[in-house]
This record gives sequence, structure tokens and C-alpha cells, in this order.
Amino acid sequence: MFELFKTFFQIGLFTIGGGYAMIPLIEQKVVDEKAWVSKEELLDLIAVAQSCPGVFAVNISIFIGLKRMGGRGALVSAIGTCLPSFICILAIALVFQQFRENVYVEHFFRGIRPAVVALILLPVFRMAKSAKITRYNVWIPIVSAFLIWKLGVSPIFIVLAAGIAGYAYGQYLKGDFLNS
Amino acid sequence: MITLLLQLFWTFFLIGLFGFGGGYAMLSLIQGEVVEHYHWMTMGQFTDIVAISQSTPGPIGINSATYVGYTALVNAGYEPCWGILGSFLATFAVVLPSFILMLMISKFLMKYRNHPIVENVFSGLRPAVVGLLLAASLLLMNSENFSSMSENPWRYCISLFLFCFAFIAQKVYRLGPILIILLCGVAGIVLGL
Repeated sequence: MFELFKTFFQIGLFTIGGGYAMIPLIEQKVVDEKAWVSKEELLDLIAVAQSCPGVFAVNISIFIGLKRMGGRGALVSAIGTCLPSFICILAIALVFQQFRENVYVEHFFRGIRPAVVALILLPVFRMAKSAKITRYNVWIPIVSAFLIWKLGVSPIFIVLAAGIAGYAYGQYLKGDFLNS
Repeated sequence: MITLLLQLFWTFFLIGLFGFGGGYAMLSLIQGEVVEHYHWMTMGQFTDIVAISQSTPGPIGINSATYVGYTALVNAGYEPCWGILGSFLATFAVVLPSFILMLMISKFLMKYRNHPIVENVFSGLRPAVVGLLLAASLLLMNSENFSSMSENPWRYCISLFLFCFAFIAQKVYRLGPILIILLCGVAGIVLGL
């Protein structure tokens, strides 16, 4: 039980830059060192965790914890993954509020902001590739972006609508479309 | 305050529940709810949170939940100790849907992952998530983050330059996000943005 916690605490602590950066470390710890799951199982877990909502790394840790020790294992793994971020961010948030007004901090963050926008824009292209965007479905991301950007539609509705539309399209239209 | 805490919990529960497609896609949901809907913070503060989340350990979804939970309460004028409660609630709420889902349907998921209905739903979701991310970056391109030609031409031009620099540095030269963030921050100090 403690091993689960320790392993996922380390995984949470040593990965910077979000969920996908964690995959190599998770593989090294969980497959190579502990042999809790096989490499093929981990690939399956990654595929399922990607198609589940929520934080990717937490989904994986819950899965592995569940597999090892049931509900309690899942709880311990999830806490282990979240705890380093939680402590780290809380410490920064507590300190940052006091330095906000500092003129150098302000300049620093004014320089950072345009860079962050670029760093968020880049994964759009990466994701467009992996989502198999072609000229036939490119209108879907463009229309959803426009609805959120200009008309202020909540992204939650877009996710719901896209899921339902995908279901309906596959269920009722695809067959006819292919036959005609 | 109870209302704010409940709203925080409910919002991040929804974000956890509808956050398909990983950390970046989740950012657009967080932005939509936290900045556009509830006005808990400004677009500029949200951008700072993204910068901090990218350069600290841990998943971006967890980092931003923790940070937003704290900032929302402190921005509303409460003491930092309530901010800590807020960040705990937001983090707990964003993980809770995964937890419930995994406990209930992990076996089901493994079995029906390749079922046509599930595949159809995802064939709709995947392109839309790309749109979500696109919207997030478009919304961030505002005068708070870039300034504007009429307001401060110097800052506006430098911001555009730093934007292009970050884009090319990551896309072409594969520089890590932390290094890019640091370089642009130092440039901001040196150039007196």
C-alpha cells in the first residue's frame, strides 16, 4: 500500500509539463521496476485513460491502484499523484499573491503571457493530427472554436453536443451515407 | 462564502466529468467556467496560472484546479486559509468524477472500448476537442495578455515578437516549455514590458 503511494508520489513529483510527459516515467516505475502491470496492459490502460474524462495521469494511477489493491489502492494512488502538485502549487500561490505587485514580477509575467498563448496554440496542431482532422471534418473544430470564442458558448455544451452528434451520425447516417 | 465554495466544487466536478482529451483541452473548460462564466479571475491571471502549471511538477489539470481554488477565494476577499480550503475542494472535485467512473465502469470500459457506439461518440468528440483548444488560445489573444497598438505600441510589438519566438522555439527547435517561459520572462524584465 505504501509502495503504491510512494511510487505515484514520485511520478507526480518528477514530471513537469503535464500528463503525457508522465508516460515514460510511469512505464519505467510501474512496468520495469515494480512489474505491477505488463507493457501491453499499460498500453491498454493508456488507451482507456485517454478516452476517459478527467486528468490523464490520475486516471492511470487510479487504474493501477485498483488493479493492485482495489478501491483503497485506487484512493492511495490518486492521492499520491495529486499531492506533489497540490503542495507545490499551494506554496507558490501563497507566496505569489505577495509578489504580484512587485514591478519586476509584473514585467516577467508580461513577457511570459504571449509565450504561454503560443504554447497552448501548438498542441492544437499536434492534436489535429492525432484526431485525424481531414478537409471533410475540419469544420467541426472551426465551428466549435467559433461558438466558444465569439458567441460565448460553454465548452461543456460543445463536448456534450459533439458526443451526441458523433453517436447519432454513426448510428443513423453513416450507413445510408455509405450506400448512397 | 458557502455559495462560492459550492460553486467551486460543482464547477470543477463538471470540468473533471467533461474534460476529455487531456490537460490542455481541460484548460479551455476551466477558462470557460472560471473566467468567462463566474469571473473569478481575469484572463491575465488565468494565463499566469497556465504558465505556473506548465513549469511546476504534476498534471496541468490538478495544478490549475489547486491554483484556481486558492485564487478564487483570495480574489473574493477571504483570508489565505480559506483559499487553502478552496484549493483542496477544487482539486478533490476535479478528481472525483474519474474516481467514480473508474470504480464503477473500469471493467466495462476495457470490454467495450472498441464497441461501435463508443467509437462513434469519440469520432465526434475528438475533432471538437481540437476546437476547444483552438478557442482557448484565441480567447487568450486579448489586450490583457498582448496589450494593443493604441494602448501601448511598444509592449504590443514585443508581445507579438515573443509569441512568434515561443512558437518557433518549440515547433522548430524543440526547446522545452520551461526554458521558453524563463527566456520570455527575462526578456520582459530587460525590455521593461
